Order: sequence, then structure tokens, then C-alpha cells
Amino acid sequence: MRGRVVGLNGDRAVAYAVKQAKVDVISAYPITPQTIIVEALAEYVNNGELDAAFIPVESEHTALSAAVGASLAGARVFTATSSQGLALMWEILWIAAGLRTTIVMAIGNRALSPNINIHCSHDDAYAARETGWLQFFAENVQEAYDLTLMAFRISEDHRVLFPSIVNLDGFILTHSVERLSVLEDSDVDAFLPKKEPVNRIDPDRPMTYGALDLFDWYMEHKRAQFEALESTRPVIREVFEEYGELTGRKYTPVKAYNVDGADIVFVALGTAAGTLRHAARELAEQGKKLGVVSLTQYRPFPAEELRKILSEAAVVAVLDRSISFGSPAPQLFMDIATSMYYAKRRPLLFSVIYGLGGRDFTPQHVFELYKRAEEILRTGEPPATSIWVGLREG
Amino acid sequence: MGEVKQIRTLKEIPREELFAPGHRLCAGCGIPQLVRLVLKAVPGPKVVVNATGCLEVATTIFPYTSWGVPWVHIAFENAAAVASGIEAAFKVLERKYGYKRPKVIVFAGDGGTFDIGFQALSGALERGHDMIYICYDNEAYMNTGIQRSGATPKGAHTTTSPAGKVIPGKLERKKNLIEIAVAHGIRYAATMNPAYPVDMYNKIAKAASVQGPTVLHYFSPCPTGWYFDPSRSIEVARLAVQTRIWPLYEYEDGKYRITVPVKEPKPIEEYFKLQGRFRHLLEPENRWLLEEIKREVEENWNRLLRLAQQS
Repeated sequence: MRGRVVGLNGDRAVAYAVKQAKVDVISAYPITPQTIIVEALAEYVNNGELDAAFIPVESEHTALSAAVGASLAGARVFTATSSQGLALMWEILWIAAGLRTTIVMAIGNRALSPNINIHCSHDDAYAARETGWLQFFAENVQEAYDLTLMAFRISEDHRVLFPSIVNLDGFILTHSVERLSVLEDSDVDAFLPKKEPVNRIDPDRPMTYGALDLFDWYMEHKRAQFEALESTRPVIREVFEEYGELTGRKYTPVKAYNVDGADIVFVALGTAAGTLRHAARELAEQGKKLGVVSLTQYRPFPAEELRKILSEAAVVAVLDRSISFGSPAPQLFMDIATSMYYAKRRPLLFSVIYGLGGRDFTPQHVFELYKRAEEILRTGEPPATSIWVGLREG
Repeated sequence: MGEVKQIRTLKEIPREELFAPGHRLCAGCGIPQLVRLVLKAVPGPKVVVNATGCLEVATTIFPYTSWGVPWVHIAFENAAAVASGIEAAFKVLERKYGYKRPKVIVFAGDGGTFDIGFQALSGALERGHDMIYICYDNEAYMNTGIQRSGATPKGAHTTTSPAGKVIPGKLERKKNLIEIAVAHGIRYAATMNPAYPVDMYNKIAKAASVQGPTVLHYFSPCPTGWYFDPSRSIEVARLAVQTRIWPLYEYEDGKYRITVPVKEPKPIEEYFKLQGRFRHLLEPENRWLLEEIKREVEENWNRLLRLAQQS
């Protein structure tokens, strides 16, 4: 058990981890609720506490473009954004992953416009899900700190070489001060030594990066990228375990609470998992059992782990802080439904939409949902469309 | 700017080639000459960042590459942004780990410079990154098949500014890239033309000697998009200078200098009649537009003369 206890909000905790990671380049543009991260990093650099280049770019598109260039040059690189900023980066997200950069990006999750809203939804992170980045979700400030450090280590591992996103719920985590344990700098140095770049830009070894790739080779290259991303799974587990040994904080791709023997299980990402567990404890006092599952690792999607856990349940609610217009269900539900389709034993699944644009998600909502789940358990008939909770009716 | 070696004849240009033949740029295209000269005139280690465009697609068709230096292509609108990241990274990596730091060279077309890459360029110039930004200007989106850009000159026919019965080609003026670049407070900016390779070489060498951003604006003849015989590329390029349509000048630490004076300009019609994109301007019904263009060319030349005299 190493470290010392401090009080920081989510943004400052991420910035502190980035400072301890001794990044070489930060390329970022302000956007609420992420801004505190880059403000803190600019302070570290300008006060001489961090020897890095801080590139104060003129847009998020440039933030990520510059980050790609810097990462190819061999630097350890960090950026951060939210919502519209991530949407503006979207074109470059694919290129950052396909060119095997090792950028780490924090996302203060925020709803997409319209109408403009600065509070939490997960639609920004979801819209990056096919781009080839690793994605992690923090549930509290401690996890935001821990995952940022681990993301550098994972991304830069020569068996990985993919960029990582660390998601933290906008305002709920970015702006809430929590108690957390941070490592000593020397421990971070040992866990995360200097980046050893692979195929970096080197004038003595000229290479062509980002060539034209037509029908004769593109498909083989995409297959190779697909296989490379799949092969990151054991490395992520390995780093989680090593970090656990160092800190005493155990990380797994999927977190399961109270699922043994639970007929009803709820699945969510980010801070909602805490609310679910709190409600589960209250339900337990009434003699009712609710299992709670949350995903720390969102991409690559931990389908196998989820199949193992969720196959034992009878009814599973998948909670999405997002809406996928025109789709049969929101994003996390689609992933889980697809994963469970290949399970030998399948629970009844239903979809829940909650908390859009920062709408409160409370234990009361969980109790309502639990009643619906009991009903579905009785009737065996889940609704074919999403249930909305916390929606203003009429 | 200190002492920069300037050459007088073509024989003084280094023979080493870092840009291999076998690429797919069109016969008569102005781009290869630019690239070859740049890679010769910029001394020491270098890295090239290339915006999406003719140069990019024609020189790196996997598994081949023409580039004997590190070459990076990320996307269309962000060459200056990518270059910013590479430049900032190498400054740190040199200091922290002793990495050899290359000079950063950007090649982008006029679409990637005047239009979609304009913001990224402005940001990079404002932040003062040490890079040579070179726009090869063929005056339209040639890679996608001749669509008008902010660099297409007034009167030109393109597929999105066709010389029609009512609207005779592009009616808007070309942006002034050098003035825009100079307005950022950079130290060196210049125009270049393939018919004047010694002038070109010397300007590249000067740009390379500056610590900080510089902008070079290159006239890149395009037989495919301008509709002229590929064998006449240099002739077209020379006429652009001799008609004063493409003045060769430089801005250096607050001073303007016309590097190729044109005492007796040739008639603009001579330049226009060689190219299918301008031929409609010689029809009687478009005389008003031709006159307007002539007036603007003269105004621009006089403006440069004044700037050069004030310097």
C-alpha cells in the first residue's frame, strides 16, 4: 500500500497523474468541463514543475493533429477534451490509432449539442468507439488518477501501441473534490519509465508515415490493426494487476458487485455504478438482491468477461447515458446484446436511458427500475424499446 | 538572418537527390521540381509533413515511396498542426534525450493552405513554430479534379466555377497569402516560380536559415487543370512572372524586395491564350472581366513597388 492521501477534483487528479508521468508534450484546447486539466498542466509547465512542451493550439482538431505528430516523433503525449471538442477531433481519432500512436487523452464526458449543454452524457465517448482507441471509464476521482497512469503504461507497451482515452463524467467527477491516494514520484518513475518509441521519426532512418493505401493492401492493413487491438487484452490485464500490487487497488476490465446468485443485474458505465451499488445495499436491507456490473475497460469491449458474469442472471438492465438516434437501442446495450447473443445461456435484457445532459440519477430511479425488472422476471417479457428514467413526463 | 549562402547558377545546386523518380505526378507538373530543390536547399536533417493532395497521393502509393527523408501525412487540413506537434516534440526530445532534431518542412497545396488548412496555418504561425511552410499553388483543387479554391485567380474556369453563359468563371479575387503570412509577424516570406530556379533555391535557403516560421508560396503549373500542353509548363510559368501576374518578391525582417524585376511586362493575353482555363476571357463579351483583371494586376504590382521602395 503506497502513496499519500490528498483531496483533488477529477480534473486536477488527472493533471497530477500526467505531471507524474513526465509527459514530453501536451497539446490541448480549452473546453468545459475538461479545462481545469489543461490549466493545471500549463501551470506545471510554466512553473518549471514539468519539463514539457505545452502547445496552446487553436482548435481541438489541431490539438489531436499536433499530438499525433508529437507521438510519432517519439514523445509521451497527453491531450484532453469533451463533447464538441471530441467531435471536432473525430477525423483524427482514426488516424491516431491507425498510425499506432500512444497518445493518452482524458475526456470530461459531456452531452453533444444541440441544445448546447455542458453536463454529463456519454455520447461523446461512444462516438469514438469504432476509432481504434482503447477506452477506460473512471467511476471516481481515484480511478481517474489511476487509469491515467495506467493508460500511458498500456498504450506505450510494445505489444499494444494504441492510444488511450480515460473517461470521467463531466462535473460529477471533473469538478468534485474527492479523497484519493496518489503515488510518490519515484514509484511512478518505476512503474512508468521513459517511453521507448517504436519506429519514431528519425532523420537517420527515413520512413514514410501515412502512405496512400488502395484496394490492393488496405484490407490487409485493417485486418492487422484489428488483430493488434484484440491482442491488447492480456496486456491490459497484466498492467492492471501490476498496478494493483503496487497500490493495493485492484483493477479488472469488468467490475462485478453482488452478482453471485442475483437474478437481477444492472450494468452501467462511470459514476452511475456507485449509485447502483448504493441502491443495491438499500435493497438488500429489504431482502432484495441487485447485482451491479460496471465496465472499467470499454474498448476493446470485454465481451468474454461479461458473458461469464451475465450468463448467471435472469434479467439484465443495461443503462446508457446516451441515445443512439435511429438505432434499435443505445450503444452499451447494443454491445452487450451482441456479446450475450453468443452466450450459451442468455438472460432477458432490457435497455434504460438515464441522466442525459447531467440529469440527476438517484437511488429512487434504481428502485423504480428494480420494480420493472421484477415484473420482467415474472412475465418473461422485456420491453423492446428503451425505458427512460428521470424524464419529465407530460 | 545572418550569412546565407546564395547561388548564382544552376551548377551550384547540390547533386544529391532525396526525392526518387517513379512517382505518379503528371508530366509537366510543377511540384517535383519544387520538392527536389527544397530537399537540396534545406541543409541538415529534415522531416517533411505533407497535406493530402497531389503530392501526397502521387508519391507514396504503398508499398512504394519517393521520399528519402522522414515523411508524414495525417490529413488534409492539418499539415501545419502536425508540423507544430513534431517541432515542439523534437525541441523537448533533443533537450531531454539528445534526439537529433530535424528541420520541419511542410508541403501543402492551395486547398490545404488557403482554404481547409488556413486555420491550422494561422495557429502555427502565431505560435512561432520553427518550420518552413511551402504552399504549392496550382490554383485549384487539382487532386479531386479541378475545383475552385481561395487561390483560384479571377476569371479562371474550374469545374465548380465553370466559364458559363451567364457567369464566366470565378468572379472572386485570389487571397494574398504572403500578406496574410506577414501579418502574423513572421520573419521571412517569399513567392517562387519554377522558371526561376536560382531565385527559388536562394529563397528556400534563406527560409531554412530562419529560426521560426517562414512561408514560401510557389507557382505550380498544372497542365491537367489549366489545359495546356505539358511541354510548355516552364513557358507558362515564365509568362506568369513576365506579365506581372506572379511577381517574384520576398519579405525579410520588415523589408520587401522584388527579386525578379519586370520592367516591360508582356501582355496578359499571351499568358491567357496558352491556357484553356482562361481562353474564354479573350472573347469580346468577357472583355470587362479581362480589363478588371488587368487593372488588379497593375494595382498589385504598384503596391509591391511602393512596399519595396519604402523598405
